[in-house]
Amino acid sequence: MRPFDYERAEDATGAVAALRRRGTGARYLGGGTNLVDLMKLGVETPDALVDVSRLPLRGIEERPDGGLRIGAAVRNSELAAHRAVRERYPLLSLALLSGASGQLRNLATVGGNLLQRTRCSYFQDVSKPCNKREPGSGCPAIEGEHRNLAIIGHSDSCVATHPSDMAVALVALDAEVEVEGEGGTRTIPLREFHRLPGDEPQRDTVLQPGDLITAVELPLLAFATRSTYRKVRDRAAFSFAVVSVAVAVDVADGVVRDCRLALGGVAHVPWRAARAEEALRGQPATEESSPRLPAPSSSRRDRSATTHSRCRSGGQ
Amino acid sequence: MTATDTLTRAIGTPLARIEGREKVTGEARYAYEYQPENVAYAEPVQAHIARGEIRSVDASETLAQPGVIAVIWNENAPKLADGADAELALFQSRRVAYRGQYVAAVVADTQEAAREGQRLLRIDYVEEPHDVVLRENHPKLYTPEKVNPSFPAHMEKGNVEAALASAAASVDVTYRTPAFHNNAMEPHATVALWQDGDLILYDSNQGAPAHRDAIAGVFDLPPERVRVIAPHVGGGFGSKGTPRPQAILAAMAAQMVERPVKVAVTRQQMFAVTGYRTPTIQRMRLGADAEGRLTAISHEVVEQTSTLKEFAEQTATATRVMYAAPNRLTTHQLARLDVPTPSWMRAPGECPGMFALESAMDELAIACGIDPIELRALNDTQVDPEDGETPFSSRDLVGCLREGAERFGWAERDPTPGVRRDGRWLVGTGVASSTYPAYRRAAQASARAEADGSFVVRVGAADIGTGARTALTQIAGDALGTSVDRVRVEIGDSALPKAGVAGGSMGTASWGTAVVRACEALRAKLDDNAELPAEAEADTSEEIEQQKKRARHGFGAQFAEVRVDSDSGEVRVPRLLGVFAVGRIINPRTARSQFIGGMTMGMGMALHEESVMDAAFGDYVNRDLAQYHVPSHADVQSIEAAWLDEEDDELNPMGSKGIGEIGIVGTAAAIANAVHHATGKRVRELPIRLDRLIECA
Repeated sequence: MRPFDYERAEDATGAVAALRRRGTGARYLGGGTNLVDLMKLGVETPDALVDVSRLPLRGIEERPDGGLRIGAAVRNSELAAHRAVRERYPLLSLALLSGASGQLRNLATVGGNLLQRTRCSYFQDVSKPCNKREPGSGCPAIEGEHRNLAIIGHSDSCVATHPSDMAVALVALDAEVEVEGEGGTRTIPLREFHRLPGDEPQRDTVLQPGDLITAVELPLLAFATRSTYRKVRDRAAFSFAVVSVAVAVDVADGVVRDCRLALGGVAHVPWRAARAEEALRGQPATEESSPRLPAPSSSRRDRSATTHSRCRSGGQ
Repeated sequence: MTATDTLTRAIGTPLARIEGREKVTGEARYAYEYQPENVAYAEPVQAHIARGEIRSVDASETLAQPGVIAVIWNENAPKLADGADAELALFQSRRVAYRGQYVAAVVADTQEAAREGQRLLRIDYVEEPHDVVLRENHPKLYTPEKVNPSFPAHMEKGNVEAALASAAASVDVTYRTPAFHNNAMEPHATVALWQDGDLILYDSNQGAPAHRDAIAGVFDLPPERVRVIAPHVGGGFGSKGTPRPQAILAAMAAQMVERPVKVAVTRQQMFAVTGYRTPTIQRMRLGADAEGRLTAISHEVVEQTSTLKEFAEQTATATRVMYAAPNRLTTHQLARLDVPTPSWMRAPGECPGMFALESAMDELAIACGIDPIELRALNDTQVDPEDGETPFSSRDLVGCLREGAERFGWAERDPTPGVRRDGRWLVGTGVASSTYPAYRRAAQASARAEADGSFVVRVGAADIGTGARTALTQIAGDALGTSVDRVRVEIGDSALPKAGVAGGSMGTASWGTAVVRACEALRAKLDDNAELPAEAEADTSEEIEQQKKRARHGFGAQFAEVRVDSDSGEVRVPRLLGVFAVGRIINPRTARSQFIGGMTMGMGMALHEESVMDAAFGDYVNRDLAQYHVPSHADVQSIEAAWLDEEDDELNPMGSKGIGEIGIVGTAAAIANAVHHATGKRVRELPIRLDRLIECA
C-alpha cells in the first residue's frame, strides 16, 4: 500500500475545497467499505483521502411533498431501519437489507453506496488488463469469467455491472442526487447519474472531478407502500445479485394503474425497465399479463438462468 | 499424592474448550501475532504467467523505495537442498510452473513498504503457451503409480463389462466436481528467526514435528536445529498439513537480512500457493440384478495435478469400501497441467468420490424402483468387498441409515420426483451414505506427575480448531485416573515428543494412544511409589505395527431436505441431518462441531463453492470470499448431527474413530439427491447453481 495523506473535512464546502487543493490523486472517504478494499488490492492508489464520513449530512428529513431528503453520510443500516422508509418505501428498506452484511451496512454510507465500483474480478486484479481500471488495456471479461456481469447496455470495452442494491430501489423511485461541486450545488436525476460504459468505462457516473454527493432526494410515490425488492443470488446472504428487481405496483380493480420496475445485477447502471412498465400499465394484474421479452441477442451471459429470470421479471 | 484406580470418565462428557477463554479474549496467540524485536516483513511476488521462464528482474524502483531492505529471486536466493516437495524449492529455478507461483520476494521494514516494493518490482518473462483445462479425453492423461497416500491407482476384480451388459438395471453417468479451495479462517503465516544457527518458526500448521522435519530438510539442517511452534491454528482443512512456500520464504529472508522475518499469505494468494481440491470427472457405472443386488461397480476418475508435483487424489477409494459386488473396477487418471498444485482438502478422495457413488446409488434406486435406503442396506457388507475376507472392526452403515430415517421421517416419503409444491417452492428429500477410514499413526508422548498433585502431558499434536487439546486432556485424565482440571496437556511445538499431523482424521486416535500409554507407564511408576516429580514416556510404533488386519472405517448417513425456487432455481436447505457410527465419542460438544462443520462444508460443495479457472490467464479468478462462496447461515435452517453408541475394541485404547472428515462425505450427494426429488432434474455437475436448475420451473 502506498503512503497517503489523510484529512477530515468539517463541512461539504470545505471537503470540496480540500479535494480541489489536493488535486487529482485525492479521493473522498466515506464508510470506506469499498475504497479501502480497493486500496489494499492496489486498484486505488490515492495520495490523499478527504474523510467526509463525519460531515453533518446524516439527517433524514421530511420534504414538503411527503418525500424524504436523505443525507449522503447516512449509514445504510440507519436508512433501512428508518420508520418512514419502512412504511413508505419498503422496496428501499428491503434492497438495503439484502446487501452486504450487518457490519458493512453499519459503515457504508448512502453517497458511497451509489459510487461503489464493479466487483468484476478483472477490475479487482491489477495483474490483468481492464479498460475500467486502465483505459485501453482491454477487457478479458468478455471472453473470460463474466457469469455475473452485464446482459444489457454493455459495450465492446466493458461488461461490468453496478453492484448496488440500494441504487436499484432508488432508480425505481425516481430519486435525485444532490451534488456539491465547483459551480455550487446541483441536482442530478439518479436515472442519469450512472453511465453506460460505451468507450469510456473508466467513468461510472456523470460526476465531475471534485464533486461531492451531499444528499439523495426521494419524491413521494404513494403506491410505493406496495412494493418489494427481490434479489436472486448464489447464496442466501452476503452475496451480490445474479439479478434483482425493485418493483412497486398500483393496482385498482384488478388492473395495473401504474408501476415502477428496475433491475439490478444486469448492467453498468441500475436499470430502469421503462418499456416493461409501459407494457404493464392498463393490463390486468395477473401472472399471465407479465411481459415476457426475448433474451437480448447481444447477451454476454451464456447461462440461461439470468436471462430467464430477467424475462420473468419484466425486461427492459 | 497417588493416582488411584478410580474411573473418573471424562471421556464422553462435553468439556468446554480448554483454551476457549484465551481465544475469545484475544489472549491466544496465532503465528503472525508473534512480534520478535527488529522484525522485518517479506512480501511474496507472484508469477503473472502460467508457464515459461523469468528472463530478468528489475528491482531498481523497488530498492529505491523507503524501507525496502532486499529483493530475493532466483539470482540471489541461497541454494536449498533438493527435497521431495518441489513447491518448497523456492526461487531455485527461473521456470514458472503456474500463474501465482512465488517467483520473488521483497523484504522491508514494514509490511506496507514491502507491499509497495512488490507492486513496483518489474519481472520480464519468456511466456510459453499454457494448458490449464482438465477434460476427460485430455491427451496428457496417465495412470499414476499410486494415489494419495499409497493406494493402488487401479483395482479390478471379476468382469465389470460382462456384468454390466447382463445387468437387469444399470446406471452409466458422469459426474463433475470443480476445484475447491480450503479457505481456513486464518490464512497461512510464518514468523522466522535464526539464533546461533538454529531456526525457530512460529507457523500456522497442522503438525509442528512434521513441519520441522520437512523444513530442516529444505535448509539441509539436522532436525534438532529447527523448532516449529504452533500452539493455536485457525483451521487448515488439509492445506496446512505440509509446509507451504511462505514458511521457506520467512526462513530464507530471515537468513539473508539477518533479522526475524514475518510472512502472511493473503486470501488472494491462497488460491494459488496453498493447495486445493482437484476438479474431477467421474464416470460411474453400476449394474444390479432384478432385486437391486449390485453385480458391478465401476468408478473411473479423471483429475489434475501440476507440472511441479504429482498429487493424485484417491477419489475412487471409498468405492472400494462401500458396497458388495462381485465385479469391480476403480481407476484414476491424472493430467499434469500448468496449474497450481492440488493437495489435501477435508476428506480428499472420499469427499468428491462419494458425491459420485452416492448420486449414482440414488439413480440406481430409481432405475430399480427400490427405496434408496433399502438399496444401500441390501448391498451392505461386513467384509472388505475388494478382498472378500477382511472383516470390518465395526461397521454400522445400516444402523445409521435406519436411525436417520426414523429421526428424519423418511417413512412418509413419496419417491415421485418433482411433485411437492409449497407456493413457488419445490420440495424434496434425499439420502446418502458417508464413510471415512479410521487410521492410526505412530506417536510419542510423555506424562509427568508434579509434586503438587498435578500432571503435565506432552505430545507434538496440533489443535487446528478441532478441540484436540480438550479431547487429549479428557483422555489423559481418564488414563491417569484423575480429574481433567489436574491435567495440563502441552501440544503445538516440535520440541515436544514426536507425533504426526492433524490429518486423515487420525489425530486423536494416534496422539490419544500415545497419551494413554504414557499415562499408564506413569501410573505404573507411581504404583511403585516413585518419587515426585515422576515422568514416563511412550512410543506406539510397535503397538501400531502389530495391530490385527482389519478394515477400520467410520460410517454415516446424511439426510437433506431442500426447497428449490421454481422461478429462480435458488436452493435452500431447511434440514440437514447426519447420523454417524464412529466408535466412542470423546467429547460430544466438540464432536458435534466437527460433524456440523463438515456437513456445512459439504453443503458449500453442493451449492456454492467453485474455483473458476480462467483459461486465458491460467489462474483461479474468484480468489476472495466475496467471489468464492462458502455457505451463510441463511442457506440452512436446521443442521443436526447424531451418533450411535458403537463399541469397537480393535481401534485404539479409547475405542474412537476419527470424526474430522466424515461430516463432509456424502452431504453433497444427499443434497443433489434431494434436489432431484424436488425438481425431477439430476444435476451431475457441482455446484448446483441456480442456472443449472432454472429449466425445472
